Amino acid sequence: MKQTFAIGIGGAAGQGVATPGDIFAKIFSRRGLHLNAYNAYQSIIRGGHTFLTIRTGPEKVSNMGDRLDLLIPLNQDAMDRHLRLLTRGAACIYNSDTIKPGVAAEGVALCALPVSKLADITRNKVAQNMLAVGSGISMMGIGFQALEEVLTEQFKKKGEAVASENVGLARVGYDYATANFRPFAWPLPTTGNRYAVLSGNVAMAMGGAAAGVKFYCAYPMSPSTGVLHWMAAHARKAGIMVRQVEDEIGVVNMAIGAAHAGVRSMCATSGGGFALMSEGLGLSAMMETPVVVIDCQRAGPSTGVPTKTEQGDLWQMLGAAFGDYPRALAAPLDIGDCFKIIPEIFNIADRFQCPGIVLCDLLLSEGRLSVDPKDLDFAPIIDRGELITTASSGPNGDGVYKRYKITESGISPRAVPGVPGYTHTAASDEHDEDGVLISDEFTNPTKRRAMMEKRMRKVAGIEAAVPPPVLWGPRDADVTLIGWGSTKGVIEEACEILAEQGISSNQLQIRWLVPLHGDAILDILKDARHTIIVENNYSGQFARYLRSDTSFVPGGNIRKYDGEPFMPHHIVEAVKEQLSGKTKLSVPTHEILV
Amino acid sequence: MATALAATNHVAMADLKGKVDPDWCPGCGDFGVLAAVQKALVELQIPNHNVVTISGIGCSSNFPGFINTYGMHTLHGRALAVATGVKLANHDLTVLVTGGDGDGFGIGGNHFVHSMRRNVDLLYIVMDNQIYGLTTGQTSPTSRLGMKTKSMPFGNIEAPVNPISLALAAGATFVARGFSAEQKHLTELIKQGIQHQGFSFLDVFSPCVTYNHDNTYQWFRPRVKNLEDDPAHDPTDWMAAMGKSLLWGEEIPIGKFFERTDVPTLHGAEPVLNAGPLTHAGTRIPVDVTRDFVEELM
Repeated sequence: MKQTFAIGIGGAAGQGVATPGDIFAKIFSRRGLHLNAYNAYQSIIRGGHTFLTIRTGPEKVSNMGDRLDLLIPLNQDAMDRHLRLLTRGAACIYNSDTIKPGVAAEGVALCALPVSKLADITRNKVAQNMLAVGSGISMMGIGFQALEEVLTEQFKKKGEAVASENVGLARVGYDYATANFRPFAWPLPTTGNRYAVLSGNVAMAMGGAAAGVKFYCAYPMSPSTGVLHWMAAHARKAGIMVRQVEDEIGVVNMAIGAAHAGVRSMCATSGGGFALMSEGLGLSAMMETPVVVIDCQRAGPSTGVPTKTEQGDLWQMLGAAFGDYPRALAAPLDIGDCFKIIPEIFNIADRFQCPGIVLCDLLLSEGRLSVDPKDLDFAPIIDRGELITTASSGPNGDGVYKRYKITESGISPRAVPGVPGYTHTAASDEHDEDGVLISDEFTNPTKRRAMMEKRMRKVAGIEAAVPPPVLWGPRDADVTLIGWGSTKGVIEEACEILAEQGISSNQLQIRWLVPLHGDAILDILKDARHTIIVENNYSGQFARYLRSDTSFVPGGNIRKYDGEPFMPHHIVEAVKEQLSGKTKLSVPTHEILV
Repeated sequence: MATALAATNHVAMADLKGKVDPDWCPGCGDFGVLAAVQKALVELQIPNHNVVTISGIGCSSNFPGFINTYGMHTLHGRALAVATGVKLANHDLTVLVTGGDGDGFGIGGNHFVHSMRRNVDLLYIVMDNQIYGLTTGQTSPTSRLGMKTKSMPFGNIEAPVNPISLALAAGATFVARGFSAEQKHLTELIKQGIQHQGFSFLDVFSPCVTYNHDNTYQWFRPRVKNLEDDPAHDPTDWMAAMGKSLLWGEEIPIGKFFERTDVPTLHGAEPVLNAGPLTHAGTRIPVDVTRDFVEELM
């Protein structure tokens, strides 16, 4: 099994869970370690319970894992919820003035910090946090200097006094732990690598900047708001117009307006906001104006659980807006892919003049991952398609420009407003080749059919432009696990654990949902001995989609819809119970109370 | 808004004729609005390729198809949102938004209010006929109390919205009202609205000859009074404009209620656009900038 180390920090919102998390993350990434962070939180600004998991190691860490090595409860509630998760070799650092530990499993070290004896808590109410960080760093076998550097940087905005106070507290905690607590059996190594640590939202925003997005607008909605925040903070340096709009209906229409004028235009929301955008997607399709919409899924329906993850929006994406039209729909596989997928889908949307949808979820949007800076490519291929931006750049053969000219590919050269000689009207109503409505006075079944077929011919072009999925792992395996989007990492790790237990497995992870490449999928699955679809929703939305498109029915399903992501052991145990014939549907229980 | 091309290429009425003739009912007030817009563009000599006419859905929203400019015939109520995107992407374009009272004050009410407070630089012409026409005669947000329609056959019990007061309250920087039968006056208001830097709202009485038998040409003619004829009217006085906006009945003011020129436009207030329209900007961000973006994550 690969070596990793995981920390859980729990407390009430407002108690300062994030700061120790940021400090640990920075120290790990500067040691050249990979990391994955997931924050289980609630829709509350002060109070409630927040539980941040940071997992690190020298190899790629693709998910939160199954084991906690260090627990830092910042209040009694966090101690009561999570101490039972710790197993042999793990430790719990806590403020013994205010928190009672309860009963720990054998081999778990309870590391009591007498906070009021070590610090002046009348001056600093969160002194316990910094003492605990210092203690933890000591037990991990990391020199104090690394911590001092990060703290100085972290607090520099608050002034030198605050920085040195925190360094002082951390030092006290560090020294106390060195004298009193047993270090972890596995001191954290270092490597020569350097990683950027970022959330999926930041990755998608930066991916947009790399793709040449010039217009971004949004209405705040968890868990997509991080995209807006990055865009707003970096807009002026990146030359991007960023607007906060009155509602998501306004968002998608404003984005379409900017796109129609000729710039790459993007917006992000979650399921509820996307529902409001639905009619706008149809407008993008009908006017053949490309726009990219990101949907960061959260647990639905309705307001649902705003701070919890789910893969429950797939059918909304497939059915968004009435009528038939070409669309592209892709689900990023991890946080690095959140960056890469944006330029790719823009090229598809631009070439085929249709809406592109990115189906992300809270797990990726708000999780954090170490990414090799080389994978954040700000000079990707940009293909704007057949775009007429100057009077000399377009076909002007017969002197009469037809915006919706019927072509074999279904793609008609697109002139943007401002170019002399190409005036036309783009309409949401059905129209003929030169844009004149055939919806009201001049309805015409022959023309309507021709225009439908013109637009729908783009579907074949999109399919040819997008690669089919590939099978990872041994061709011949006991079980084939099929997932889509964000479950890539956790399924990968489940496969590794299954191999250690003598069960061979392979993985088919779907990134492009439209086009699906159903024939290629059937070809891959025809040799599979046992197939199981893993997804983060109740009804098996992908399983139903795959069946509707290919008639394929898997051997079994693993589903989870409690708001929390899969952990590797959930999948491992479910695979074993299904291979033994106990069930065809497993719904793992989330053991962490968050 | 006049451009260099205007000096060399003369813009004539014929250049602005749409690909098809309007399919409005004979006598519809919208004919007068179309003619006035075309005249205004000719008088201002704005080349048609620099104009984008954007509408929602409804009888009057078929407007872009009847004029030869760049056009967008969008979704019901969404024209202002689309138009804001167009203007922010390329602020060199002259943006006209055309639609009806149901489109703008009903389904599009939210965008109406917010576009005004943002001071988006465009002219919004509402062909206000106080009825839903294309859906064959239902109550609209400006239908009078008591008016009987197919959707409220026993009379409207909901008070109408006052578009002029609403525009003033929402921060529109140019607020005017026209009457489609007063061509010269209307053309003048359209010209002023196009030239105004900021959100220009022009509510136009545009009678529906088929479904509204209350607010007819005959009803409006004796009632409308030009604000310009009142020497005491000061269009820079917001409070006075608000007072005038409440007049309704035997005397209904038309003309420019209010204009202020000291508010920055939305595109003018955003430094990202200082270097010119986004449509002219390069695709790639300088390497030293993107390096900083990555560096701050390390």
